[in-house]
Amino acid sequence: MTGLDNGARMYAVDPRRTSSSKFADLWLGLELGSDVALANTVGNHIISKGLQNDAFIEHSAQGYAEYVEAVSEYTLERGEALTGVPAAAIAEMAEAYATAEKAQILWTLGITEHHNAVDNVLALCNLALLTGHIGRWGSGLVPLRGQNNVQGGGDMGALPNKLPGFQNVTDPEHRAKFEAVYGVDIPAEDGIHLTLMFEAMERGEINAAYVIGENPADSEADINHARKLLSGLDLLVVQDIFLTRTAELADVVLPASVGWAECEGTVTSSERRVQRVRAAVPPPGEARHDQDIIGELARRMGYDWGHPTSEDLWEELRSLSPLHGGMTYERLESEGGLQWPCPTLDHPGSPFLHGWLWEEDLGGRAPAPFSVVGHQGPKEELTEQFPIRLTTGRSLDMYNTGVQSGGFDSPIRYGEALDINPADAAGLDLVDGEVVLVSSPRGSVEMAVRFQPDIPVGLTFTTFHFPELVDINQLTNDAWDKRSGTAEFKAASIRIDKLAPSTDPDTSELIHA
Amino acid sequence: MTAVPVTLTETTVTISVDGQNVTVPDGASVLDACTAAGVDTPTICYAENLTPVNACRVCVVEMEGSRTLVPSCSRAAEDGMTVQTDTERVRHSRKMVLEFLGSGTDLSQAPDILGWMADYGADPDRYGADRETMDEEVKVQDNLYIRDYDKCVLCYKCVEACGDDAQHTFAIAMSGRGFGNRISTEFDITLPDSACVYCGNCVAVCPTNALQFKTEFDLRQAGNWREEDQDVTRTVCSYCGVGCNLELHTQDERIVKVTSPNDHSVTSGHLCIKGRFGWQYVHGGADD
Repeated sequence: MTGLDNGARMYAVDPRRTSSSKFADLWLGLELGSDVALANTVGNHIISKGLQNDAFIEHSAQGYAEYVEAVSEYTLERGEALTGVPAAAIAEMAEAYATAEKAQILWTLGITEHHNAVDNVLALCNLALLTGHIGRWGSGLVPLRGQNNVQGGGDMGALPNKLPGFQNVTDPEHRAKFEAVYGVDIPAEDGIHLTLMFEAMERGEINAAYVIGENPADSEADINHARKLLSGLDLLVVQDIFLTRTAELADVVLPASVGWAECEGTVTSSERRVQRVRAAVPPPGEARHDQDIIGELARRMGYDWGHPTSEDLWEELRSLSPLHGGMTYERLESEGGLQWPCPTLDHPGSPFLHGWLWEEDLGGRAPAPFSVVGHQGPKEELTEQFPIRLTTGRSLDMYNTGVQSGGFDSPIRYGEALDINPADAAGLDLVDGEVVLVSSPRGSVEMAVRFQPDIPVGLTFTTFHFPELVDINQLTNDAWDKRSGTAEFKAASIRIDKLAPSTDPDTSELIHA
Repeated sequence: MTAVPVTLTETTVTISVDGQNVTVPDGASVLDACTAAGVDTPTICYAENLTPVNACRVCVVEMEGSRTLVPSCSRAAEDGMTVQTDTERVRHSRKMVLEFLGSGTDLSQAPDILGWMADYGADPDRYGADRETMDEEVKVQDNLYIRDYDKCVLCYKCVEACGDDAQHTFAIAMSGRGFGNRISTEFDITLPDSACVYCGNCVAVCPTNALQFKTEFDLRQAGNWREEDQDVTRTVCSYCGVGCNLELHTQDERIVKVTSPNDHSVTSGHLCIKGRFGWQYVHGGADD
């Protein structure tokens, strides 16, 4: 906001007119799932106006001719037709982005929770390459993380194909380095990610799962399907701070402690800043630290790891991950966190990445590739039977399935409701607060509607924070991007049916948590 | 705090504070120079993460060439300035400000201000026992924070934190005149009905506890708020990827309030509702 006060311009691209968009110079309310079409139209307009950064493209990028060719069909007129955003608005944003001295593209799950999520991201990368808004202070591509340590989890190797520090499981040299320290052989093949795990459960290839700090029995798309698979496992172990719906399905529950208030360690934020978390209070009852639980399990399996402190574990990580080599606990403390890469003790950390794109020899790397991607739209098309779009997201005071944020008495919490444009509601003969039956091809839930003029006609929105009130993931689509493993939470097709007229109009129980 | 590869060349200015030459970066305030000179200056409406508004006038100094006393928090230090912080005129002015504030409001939970009142010999009682004082019911409208207007000195910090210095919500502003002057929501509607988004940044900057976390208020009501027994632990909020730093204030192995360090580069002391209030699940959560 300080940036905006100082004169920065902001263009908000979102199907919904969010509170952020009200601070924007312009809100581009695009059709659900038309992100690639919008990005390609922006790219084509920049090129047609001659505003691309030719010197940067020539020096640092490859595949430009193919890109120009591919986006040439995305004229402003076609862009408007595909995205629903007025051509003049697309043109204004394109020109503002291309002519800005510094510009960033920031995004969250609206880009990545689609069946073509990777295409969406690549389409945005293309714009950065086209304009040179990458690899410089103040410019860049910024995926905003939704949790304090999503970044850190990936950095630490909680990915099926990576060892800590983004070193490759399939690279014998990388593996050998870890094997020497860990004292065990590391499987030479990539593992599988969460979405594939569910598919493997379906085929009976996975019959046991150990779930730490996640609530997939509430959070997965097409939740009835996910619950059935979790229930069908021979063994389900859940390690969590609460008895979540997933924990209720478990054979064994291991009570854990709160990562940021009861444990020592580090987390890594969106900007790759590693910071210390510290224990302020002891865990309750029989709850234990995650690292103690894992260590104790290892001991029962015949490996005695002793009782390392979090700093001992961090020191081991530093010795194995060049990205983190220079980050001692002492530096993290005195310097307010450090941003990786920070390979050595005298390295100040890296506020931005990809600076090599501006080096004379590209740091010895190949030029960055443009990617040819085309508009697809949501996997699930609107039909006569399911003629309305549903998208899901978060509200300010809540968090994911509400396990944590449900614990405080928020005065701005309104519970779960289906936000709908009053015009759509009038067409369906609904009154504000009326409880209706909402159905997708996968299931049905009863919930109240909430009239919301900031929701465009044809679109509905709800959060997924109150699964105990409204089990919204019964409706969401689990079609997923084969490259990222992320399901299309952001676009399903639904229908809204009135319930029998005898329904008690007092809906307060459903509206208020 | 954060290492940044490109830095501006820093120029400095030198000013005289009580006869002592002090060199500070260009753009620093006279208050910064006083602090650099080791001079303790009382401040009420000033905060390092807010724009100075010159509301309280308690930080005034005498400046050579200036007819009137100068608020040190907002006046930029310029090369060659000469200021005096301990003259009779400065002491008298500060004393009067503190005395007037103390005569109408309850400063019992503002230890810094009470300390300065003692330093400057401010004695509100000399205005008599029948002097006009604030006398309002504490506003308890939700379970997150309370408003005790008897303690409000109208320093304006909460309005700034709610508005364009941090949150940009603009839920509160100054209303009324004279002794009826209040920080208020629009038409004095309740907080839950107002534009308030419960970031609590107003509570964090309040110098007198007029705005108070409900957890602190309840413990004080029960006679069990024991700051001397509290620990403060710095950690990182878990609710998103920004990386806001939290200071967990704990008493009897329970979190009793959450603040954020003003000097941390990520959010300069500001938080959102989840970081400020979303910790209660650590202790099993609220009944709701």
